[in-house]
Amino acid sequence: MHSFGYRANAVVTLAVTILAVMCSMASLSDNFNVPSPTAEVKVLNINWFQKQANGNDEVMPWSSSFTYFKHFGHPIQPFVAMLYVLRYTFYNRHVKVSLTVNISADLSSLFTWNTKQVFVFVAAEYETPQNALNQVSLWDGIIPSKDHAKFWIHTTNKYRLIDTPGFFNTQNPPKKSKLLNGLNIRFTPSSISLLFLHGC
Amino acid sequence: MVESIRSLQIRHVLNQIISLGMIVTSALIIWKGLMCVTGSESPVVVVLSGSMEPGFKRGDILFLHMSKDPIRAGEIVVFNVDGREIPIVHRVIKVHERQDTGRLMFSLKNDLRDNNFGDDRLLYAHGQLWLQRHHIMGRAVGFLPYVGWVTIIMTEKPIIKYLLIGALGLLVITSKE
Repeated sequence: MHSFGYRANAVVTLAVTILAVMCSMASLSDNFNVPSPTAEVKVLNINWFQKQANGNDEVMPWSSSFTYFKHFGHPIQPFVAMLYVLRYTFYNRHVKVSLTVNISADLSSLFTWNTKQVFVFVAAEYETPQNALNQVSLWDGIIPSKDHAKFWIHTTNKYRLIDTPGFFNTQNPPKKSKLLNGLNIRFTPSSISLLFLHGC
Repeated sequence: MVESIRSLQIRHVLNQIISLGMIVTSALIIWKGLMCVTGSESPVVVVLSGSMEPGFKRGDILFLHMSKDPIRAGEIVVFNVDGREIPIVHRVIKVHERQDTGRLMFSLKNDLRDNNFGDDRLLYAHGQLWLQRHHIMGRAVGFLPYVGWVTIIMTEKPIIKYLLIGALGLLVITSKE
């Protein structure tokens, strides 16, 4: 009756039960948390590169005319920036584009006991004649803990701005009006809230 | 006298066989039920590589759920490449949804390395550039750390699998209850 196996069985059952109760309480308490994150993306510059014959990238001399920030003193509206990018890469296939952006955010309200990490990304969401919805990720980052939740980053886009093949062809040019209305850069923090408490 | 003892033993053995069968069948029922509820072919997967660190480490178990909601950028999905059975866990970074057919094409990436290509096309089948909805097994909705190591060890060293099953079988036969 009081053999080793019996006692071990009882202890393990109790431990697992308590652990399960604690973890479900942690995940249920997540519902009470109302997150209020703030974020802002400012496009500072659009850099144009052209491939030389030897494979080097050359910054086009006229890209300096698009240092909007320097001229006008305020950053480019994100959707205007995207419009420039897409329109000019349509007309010049061998021109590569990158955006310089300022990203600032305060995501500390997203961190609860049940949060493992916060994955943050900036995606461009737009509509083309062929596709009802396109989401292309430009930059992403991982925030492991609340200490890093308030950040300010000055960076170029991590991933190239590429659309699916078939969009940039002469038979089906992008409709200007649709681009203007559909383009916006949406800043979507997505937090991974997991079923079981991590680190308890 | 001897016949009564023999009949008792036969009953005992039959009892054990039936209870073993019940255990196996109920496990199967739970598994198939999970498959129905989550809508995914494999509702529980083990993370095999460290490509999603620091979020998911090798040996974690992921619970999957597949709903009719369209898949959007930023979600963690588990997918199968054409012709390969091993599921891969990555995050969606690009989504293109066509106007007429509503067909979705995705591109995914691991969290850990920033490779120059920006996505994980190298993992796909030859000539395949995008993933579609039928490749996706499900979205990750929950996780259990470290429990998956049991499966990894059993797959990589099959001897341990046979030892475990043999020991369990011995326990069942020799237990008096």
